Amino acid sequence: MTGEYRLAEGGRINRDRPVRFRFDGHDYEGFDGDTLASALLSNGVHQVGTSIRYGRPRGIASAGPEEPNALVQIEEPFPEPMLTATTVELRDGLVASSLPGQGRLATEPDPARYDAINAHCDVLIVGAGPTGLAAALSAARSGARVIIADADTEFGGSLLGSGEALDHAPAGRWIDRVTAELRDTPDVTVLPHTTVFGRYDDNYLVAVEHRGEDAFTRQRTWHIRAREVVLATGSHERPLVFPGNDRPGTMLATSARTYVHRYGVLPGRRAVVFTTNDSAYAAAIDLHDAGVEIAAVVDVRPVATTLWTARCVERGIQILTSCAVTGTSGTDRVSGAQISPVPSADSAPTVPSELDCDLLLVSGGWNPAVHLHSQARGTVRYSEEIGALVPDSTPRGVRSVGAAAGSFTTGECLRTGSEAGRDAAREAGFGADTAEVPGAPSGPVTPPQPTWLLPGVPAESGDEQFVDLARDATVADVRKAVGAGMSSVEHIKRFTTIGTAHDQGKTSGLLSSGVIAELLGVEVAQVGATTFRPPYAPVAFAALAGRDRGDLYDPVRVTAMHDWHLTQDCPFENVGQWKRPWYYPQPGEDMDSAVLRECHAVRTGVGMQDVSTLGKIDVQGPDAAEFLDLVYTNKMSTLKVGRIRYGLMCHADGMVFDDGTVMRTGEHRYLISTTSGGAAGVLEWLEDWLQTEWPHLQVHLTSVTEHWATIALAGPRSREVLARVTSDIDLDNDAFPFMSWTDGTVAGKAARVCRISFSGELAFEINVPWWHGREVWEALYQAGSDQDITPYGTETMHVLRAEKGFPIVGQDTDGTVTPHDLGMSWAVSKKKDDFLGMRSFSRADTVRSDRKHLVGLLPPADSAVVPEGTQLVELAELPEPPVPMLGHITSSYRSAALDRPFALALVKSGRDRIGQTIYGHVGDRLVPVEITEPVFYDKEGNRRDG
Amino acid sequence: MAELHGESPLAARTETLADSSVPGALQLSEVAFTAQVALRVDPKSPAAERIGTAVGTMLPNQPGQVARTEQLQILWMGPDEWLLVGPEGSAERIQATLTEALGEEHGSVVDVSGNRTIVEVTGPKSRELLAKGCALDLHRRSFASDQCAQTLLARAGVVLLCRDTERPSFWIFVRASFARYLADWLADAAAEYRV
Amino acid sequence: MMLIPCPWCGPRNETEFHYGGQADVSYPAEPQQLSDADWARFLFYRANPKGIFTERWNHQAGCRRWFTIRRDTTTNEIFQDDSHEAVTR
Repeated sequence: MTGEYRLAEGGRINRDRPVRFRFDGHDYEGFDGDTLASALLSNGVHQVGTSIRYGRPRGIASAGPEEPNALVQIEEPFPEPMLTATTVELRDGLVASSLPGQGRLATEPDPARYDAINAHCDVLIVGAGPTGLAAALSAARSGARVIIADADTEFGGSLLGSGEALDHAPAGRWIDRVTAELRDTPDVTVLPHTTVFGRYDDNYLVAVEHRGEDAFTRQRTWHIRAREVVLATGSHERPLVFPGNDRPGTMLATSARTYVHRYGVLPGRRAVVFTTNDSAYAAAIDLHDAGVEIAAVVDVRPVATTLWTARCVERGIQILTSCAVTGTSGTDRVSGAQISPVPSADSAPTVPSELDCDLLLVSGGWNPAVHLHSQARGTVRYSEEIGALVPDSTPRGVRSVGAAAGSFTTGECLRTGSEAGRDAAREAGFGADTAEVPGAPSGPVTPPQPTWLLPGVPAESGDEQFVDLARDATVADVRKAVGAGMSSVEHIKRFTTIGTAHDQGKTSGLLSSGVIAELLGVEVAQVGATTFRPPYAPVAFAALAGRDRGDLYDPVRVTAMHDWHLTQDCPFENVGQWKRPWYYPQPGEDMDSAVLRECHAVRTGVGMQDVSTLGKIDVQGPDAAEFLDLVYTNKMSTLKVGRIRYGLMCHADGMVFDDGTVMRTGEHRYLISTTSGGAAGVLEWLEDWLQTEWPHLQVHLTSVTEHWATIALAGPRSREVLARVTSDIDLDNDAFPFMSWTDGTVAGKAARVCRISFSGELAFEINVPWWHGREVWEALYQAGSDQDITPYGTETMHVLRAEKGFPIVGQDTDGTVTPHDLGMSWAVSKKKDDFLGMRSFSRADTVRSDRKHLVGLLPPADSAVVPEGTQLVELAELPEPPVPMLGHITSSYRSAALDRPFALALVKSGRDRIGQTIYGHVGDRLVPVEITEPVFYDKEGNRRDG
Repeated sequence: MAELHGESPLAARTETLADSSVPGALQLSEVAFTAQVALRVDPKSPAAERIGTAVGTMLPNQPGQVARTEQLQILWMGPDEWLLVGPEGSAERIQATLTEALGEEHGSVVDVSGNRTIVEVTGPKSRELLAKGCALDLHRRSFASDQCAQTLLARAGVVLLCRDTERPSFWIFVRASFARYLADWLADAAAEYRV
Repeated sequence: MMLIPCPWCGPRNETEFHYGGQADVSYPAEPQQLSDADWARFLFYRANPKGIFTERWNHQAGCRRWFTIRRDTTTNEIFQDDSHEAVTR
């Protein structure tokens, strides 16, 4: 069941492995080694869908990643949108459909695996055509670490599709030999089917490797740091602009040649070849020899190259010089091409006005693939000689060579490639020499004649002359932009959308510059081209995500007691990267009832919480006290060994950014705690001041966050419970007062016990080395079982501290709040000469009387909890906007102890308004709230000693 | 000596690591409960010299350098910072030695044994496995035996120690709270070798 | 992905570093003596040149040292100072 356009032999496909696939509802057969495009063409299918704006039929226009038309949606094996048929490898069971521009994402998770790997090399070679392979050989033989990557499924580049001979033998032999040598060379990494899609700072290049549908990892992203880069990225053939240039059956000439040589497919039966340069002649000859009737070669140039003329004459192919295709016929497929003499020519030959054909091959010249060069901040210049942009300046560590640098003969590519590989390896410090390269046939070349707008084609036909097939943008669109006064190619790009489709203008970019130049009457060089940005070719988000998804999306930090929490089926709250138990529901309990129960237990009995996540920093040195005096708002030098003090840290701007406790553990040693999310930032901040501002201070900082597991034991019964598991700590209030610490044994383990309370109740914090955390936790839980010891989570902790008016940095503060705003002037020393933030407390802005203060709010006792974030306004009825805002609610809960809802809020001049009623804007209602002191419970602080 | 130390950070991932090991390719396991002591001292000070004498080797003064004695590995962590790694149960002894050698001079000695645990990765696939998440050049010529580096592995900060260049072996020091994430990541990254 | 030369650990990927902004913005010797305007200048005013910028970085995921480099903000080319002392202090 071979497709009727498949040649009997030839091509690099595996004819022993037929492949069945389905496209747009029809079943077809192709071969292993086909692309979807080549398989469709072998079955005579040219049209792949319709265009995005005008719904015009569109066909396969190329044989590679530059394809502007043939977008497909893959349905099976897994839905994937917006792939080009020219790059989809055919596989058994493939189901695809044509796509007018927009695709459909899968609704179920992709079962395939994607990952990433880092690589380092001395020389990275991008592209494995004749240039890249020759470069790789030179570099690899020097002992340098080499990576060679090519987007195609196999190495060889243009040689795969040209049928050329090297050293009078099929080029495939040389490709296979070189590839084998590279594979066998140590420290050489060979990456076929790998698209290097971006070049970033300091030669960091990112590539995506397509490892195959059946591979363990479907796609792998390579992050390559290269000392030297050789860009052997080749070139893209450019189409031509003429009326009806979008009809299916219109194809880049060299792509047609590729279909013949590489896939054994005839893209048509009778072709017209329209060209501005020599390369299309090779296509005409090869297609003729494969059985395609060549109706004519239409060349805009007045004279054709003798060599090619001779070959055409041998085969009876007519050449029409000084002529152009100025129109096409056909509906779903080109059926004829109108030929006109180029008006400026002195003597036009007599020609038929229309030639029948089912294939129209075009070649408007070649664009070096300067994308990566340009991303490396290499400049480009317009070369009149080849009518394209070529690399101009050479960025450090990056060299373009071969067709990517504007050399288009195979012999030249091999030679310069080999030299570039040598030079790159030498630059990287290796004694390299050029590897020998095979001989390639060459002959004299007639310069191309860059052609943008065809002379004599009426302007009215502008809306049928497509510049960007993918965007359905025409000469008329460009004319409109220019007519509107635009002259910058960047503006016109955005106005017309030329070059913004999936192909990023690989075929249309320079074409639009040329058209713009002609319409403006300036040189192409003056117009230039738009910026080349990564990615060079579309990359799946899944490939970029790699294994950073699901559970591995971001690190999950857990404490030593985590597995115990898991046994309680508690939900977790994310605090930074930490997972902290949120509340511990008992069977049938919802969150509200669980939290009320937990709060009640701590206020009346005993509760325990895992507080290991608090950051801990050991501070040592003779100047430790002086240092801490500078970074905390209050005085730490006066703290006695064995005692603990609460402290606030401000940035120099006077705004609170972290808080915690400071334990003095020795004459020259402290242990400070930070918020759970702030630990790393605080350490870096402290190091900043120590290393850069106060290097004279003899202080060392060491993070010990995970060395300790920390358990808070809180509630009037906490002393009783702790007493059961310790024998060497005198827990009496006088011996072990509030805000002191002691070393001792808890549950048989060496522990550091602190009298710290974040709930206002009698409380202890027990620190043990990480690996004893769970054991000691369980021992305390056991010891308190007859007291109904109640594990509590972050929600209860929040409610309890809010009842006491203790702010949470980051919840009740937002980087614009001073200690004074918080009502914590008591924590700001007046006896110090300086500390970070001090000077800012006398700035005009911080002494304003209408600053927002942290205050308490009481909604009606029987109302619901007013949501956090609620905006607060003055009046019971909203005035006309703009409505002045007084502030917002920062913390809001239901209190078990008060049996009512309550809140903390930042309110303008809040402390001066205590007793007033203001309103919270909840949905479409205004809820009255009374402003109060922020301390709701045990204002006298009688409960902390039990 | 599990009764001495209770539960290691990766006790719950012992099987995960074992299951991810592939004979002849990769071996993953936790090295738990090592003694780890953080030392800060001016490398040019007499105290640094005394410490060198006391522990039996000079403190390594090159970035990424590791010094070894029979009992200790001393990792360069910064221009005046080292991590001393010793056998289980030796943290007190190491601290005492350092504190005594330090004398009255400025420096700091902190027990950080609980701070990090260690994952050992050995086998021919070790470098490739690590390269999936570590941007350092781990080539045998660039990162050899007795070299260490503080860097990122996946999304966790780690100290990477090369134990053997020829028969690749690495220790990954990871914060206890990040250890499970890292073990899960390593297991995922190693999954392809089991196929 | 810039390759930033840590004066201690050598070149590392920029993801290991934390940016510290303009260098040489010293904490005033006697903040309490400064006018509000001068204090505000210290707090809030930073240069933002197109071209060479002297800036601070912290090798957060590495040796945790702060250091100074000069970077061309248009090309990201980095010019490193010579001595450890010059860059860390």
